[in-house]
Amino acid sequence: MSGTLVIRGARLSDGTATDIVVTDGVISELGVSLSAAGSQVIDADGLIALPGLVDLHTHLREPGLEQSETVLSGSRAAAIGGFTAVHAMANTLPVADTAGVVEQVKSLGDSAGYVTVRPVGAVTVGLAGQQLAELGAMASSRARVRVFSDDGKCVSDALLMRRALEYVKAFDGVIAQHAQEPRLTEGAQMNEGTLSGQLGLAGWPAVAEEAIIARDVLLAEHVGSRIHICHVSTAGSVDVIRWAKSRGIAVTAEVTPHHLLLDEHLIRGYDAKYKVNPPLRRAEDVQALREGLADGTIDIVATDHAPHPLESKDCEWDVAAFGMVGLESALSVVQASVVDTGHLQWSDVARVLSSAPAAIGRMDGYSTGIAVGGAANLALYDASVSTVFSASQLRGKSVNSPYLGHTLPGRIIGTIHNGYLTVVDGELVDTDQVASSALVTERGAHHG
Amino acid sequence: MRHLLSTRDLSRDQAVAILDVAEDMADVATREVKKLPALRGKTVVNLFFEDSTRTRISFEAAAKRLSADVINFSAKGSSVSKGESLKDTAQTLAAMGADAVVVRHPSSGAPSVLAQSGWIDAGIVNAGDGTHEHPTQALLDAFTIRRRLHRSAARGRDLSGTTVTIVGDILHSRVARSNVWLLTTLGATVRLVAPPTLLPVGISRWPVQIGYDLDEAVSAGSDVVMMLRIQAERMHAAFFPNAREYSRRWGLDDARLARLGASTIVMHPGPMNRGLEISSGAADSTQSTVREQVSNGVSVRMAVLYLLLSGEREELS
Amino acid sequence: MPARTVLQQADISRALTRMAHEILESNRGTDGLILLGIPTRGVVLARRIAHLITQFSGESVPTGALDVTLYRDDLRRNPTRVPSPTQVPSGGIDGKTVVLVDDVLYSGRTIRAALDALGDIGRPRVVRLAVLVDRGHRELPIRPDFVGKNLPSSQEERINVRLTDIDGEEFISIGGTS
Repeated sequence: MSGTLVIRGARLSDGTATDIVVTDGVISELGVSLSAAGSQVIDADGLIALPGLVDLHTHLREPGLEQSETVLSGSRAAAIGGFTAVHAMANTLPVADTAGVVEQVKSLGDSAGYVTVRPVGAVTVGLAGQQLAELGAMASSRARVRVFSDDGKCVSDALLMRRALEYVKAFDGVIAQHAQEPRLTEGAQMNEGTLSGQLGLAGWPAVAEEAIIARDVLLAEHVGSRIHICHVSTAGSVDVIRWAKSRGIAVTAEVTPHHLLLDEHLIRGYDAKYKVNPPLRRAEDVQALREGLADGTIDIVATDHAPHPLESKDCEWDVAAFGMVGLESALSVVQASVVDTGHLQWSDVARVLSSAPAAIGRMDGYSTGIAVGGAANLALYDASVSTVFSASQLRGKSVNSPYLGHTLPGRIIGTIHNGYLTVVDGELVDTDQVASSALVTERGAHHG
Repeated sequence: MRHLLSTRDLSRDQAVAILDVAEDMADVATREVKKLPALRGKTVVNLFFEDSTRTRISFEAAAKRLSADVINFSAKGSSVSKGESLKDTAQTLAAMGADAVVVRHPSSGAPSVLAQSGWIDAGIVNAGDGTHEHPTQALLDAFTIRRRLHRSAARGRDLSGTTVTIVGDILHSRVARSNVWLLTTLGATVRLVAPPTLLPVGISRWPVQIGYDLDEAVSAGSDVVMMLRIQAERMHAAFFPNAREYSRRWGLDDARLARLGASTIVMHPGPMNRGLEISSGAADSTQSTVREQVSNGVSVRMAVLYLLLSGEREELS
Repeated sequence: MPARTVLQQADISRALTRMAHEILESNRGTDGLILLGIPTRGVVLARRIAHLITQFSGESVPTGALDVTLYRDDLRRNPTRVPSPTQVPSGGIDGKTVVLVDDVLYSGRTIRAALDALGDIGRPRVVRLAVLVDRGHRELPIRPDFVGKNLPSSQEERINVRLTDIDGEEFISIGGTS
């Protein structure tokens, strides 16, 4: 990367104002009134500078489901949301259960260049829950897979789960469990409770999630492995994880932005844009998730960005697809649900959306946050604005956002990935320009 | 009234008004000329994604007695079974100029989706959606109860002071849901009796009393006992051990019928499983309203279609 | 323009008395006579006229109510109208002399609807029309047989009929805001 970038007057997450100088993909200087002759200057007055956001749970849909999203379109959606790295889930067609598929996804991500794409490997062949996938081959492939998940499906077989937890210790991997007891959720459509009874929709009991989490933290304890719990959605799950952490079990957990903001009452009109797995829960659960994130029981926020074509949502509730897009709106929803409500400081946001997910995924370059010598992955955010969220703010291929028409705070003004700009003045940098910046950076890395 | 999607949306006065109009419609049914010109030139589509001959012909008779044109659109043999979406079907009906669409659908909420979609401007009548609601069935049940209790003085009255016991598969019953909301709105006390497996989670927050023991409910007395159809396939999903045990504990047999007061009304939305949830003796007794329910169904559906399709599109005042 | 009262209670009573006499005279007695009021105020008027006829003749006259809501031609132009009950005397109307009674005759459309409704109930020998007020502006070839008071009015004006049995006061006024 040639050239130098100066970001003027940004406020760090701890509140201090600073200029940030970026040289050759690295933060070279922090301080007041810095200058660098001949460099590009970005006025960040009034903006919060966060370390580049890292999503541990993204569905990029490629290969195989390109009508919903591609690695490129999903990367663009991520960049406009302030992300500089995403973990691409394995439920593609073919499933990412071999070194070949994960390497393909990684190389698509590298050439798109908007974010670092880290493929997640399937735990079992074809996500079928029968036989372990080639976890070692994926780990030692060029994609260096460290997170394994059958997400979308639960690894429900206790023995298979035990073996997977044990096996990935060999390469410091982690199993990310989609906690959903399958028999208890056959045909399930929404959170089971008073409202599901009224609406006549098959119930999805909280216990179906909590029972698997309880089983798996005990398994992890027994075999001495670390485990990650995807999209925790109930108050009971928070309690189980809190208990597990108090016993010293190496469990980490994520919550999605939508489970921090939305509750099941939105389902009353049977609008399928609110259909998601796990389902929207009660207001009490939303409250417990916010508190769990605030007290560290829940480690990170992950989007579970799940693009679907229009026709999968424009239909009857029970035939509609599960899932919501979330990359573009994630930081705004986090601000609305936990920052503006006093649960989290901006420094906590930097942790739950950047350093902590990077650590779980064993990514380099995110542990120090914004510091001299660190990789220049940055998000510049204007927390003072407020907009009615619309489809025009989405950059992926799909528009199945639950926030369309909702008023949300904040907006990403700039995103810097490996030292080059992917978002400027709130707009994506051109695809070709980003791709060539990525190429230059990669060459530089090889030389260095 | 713009749509009829759920009895939860109805106020007491709206519900009484519908029942009163149904009384007028029932009067017409006793005349030699049973037809009214009120909906001349209107088109009513019966859009049935699920077989239900009795509900369809009831709506068809109702629409025809009001002089509306009726189009029956059955999912069987139509393009729906070839995978046409609800959206395309709705837009087709809109293009055909449907003024009202009577929808029977296996998905809970499908009529609500249609009503809010913008795909079609017609008034939507929910004729049974999944395990959600079946509002016209509840209205005809309330109408039947009110007529039995108050005879010719029924107009203007609600069901205050009446106790209704609903027995059977509450969990999967759209009839039970619609009746719970409507009957309680009309002032009745509703008691649900079922095996615990067939009561929805969270039912303690419904405005009803709950019991597991039919004999206890029979002894306690009730103005109305409404038996719900039990589907044999439920036993395969472990809701109860087998039909015999269900029938023994939750069926209205001759012995339980005899213990009911002579004035207790016995209802069933049909179709009945004789010998399972209701004995032939109970179904055919003078206390049974099973056949009245059918004829009242036409009057109530006439009232609903009239209120939906006459006048400017406004709320019933 | 403020409303002005054009008939007081005594005027209304006198008009009804005259109409009762005229109906008796034209029917040559009460034989086969039925008075059907059009809800709401027509029903009250039919009962009062029947009562007067009984006073004069000593014979009772069957009365009833004929709701025309479901036969109106303006159902889709107005907010939904809730029908009132139709009550036909037990002997039916076949072969009878039916006098339709209404409070105000205006466009004639209500009476057109009433004739259709009547036809679906039975086949009277003859149908007559009695109205308390005829305000003109007919839109159909319909004319009353018995009129309490002709009240030429402008179409902008409102005729307000108040009867003790329904309104707790009795007069007819014209004008005022509608």
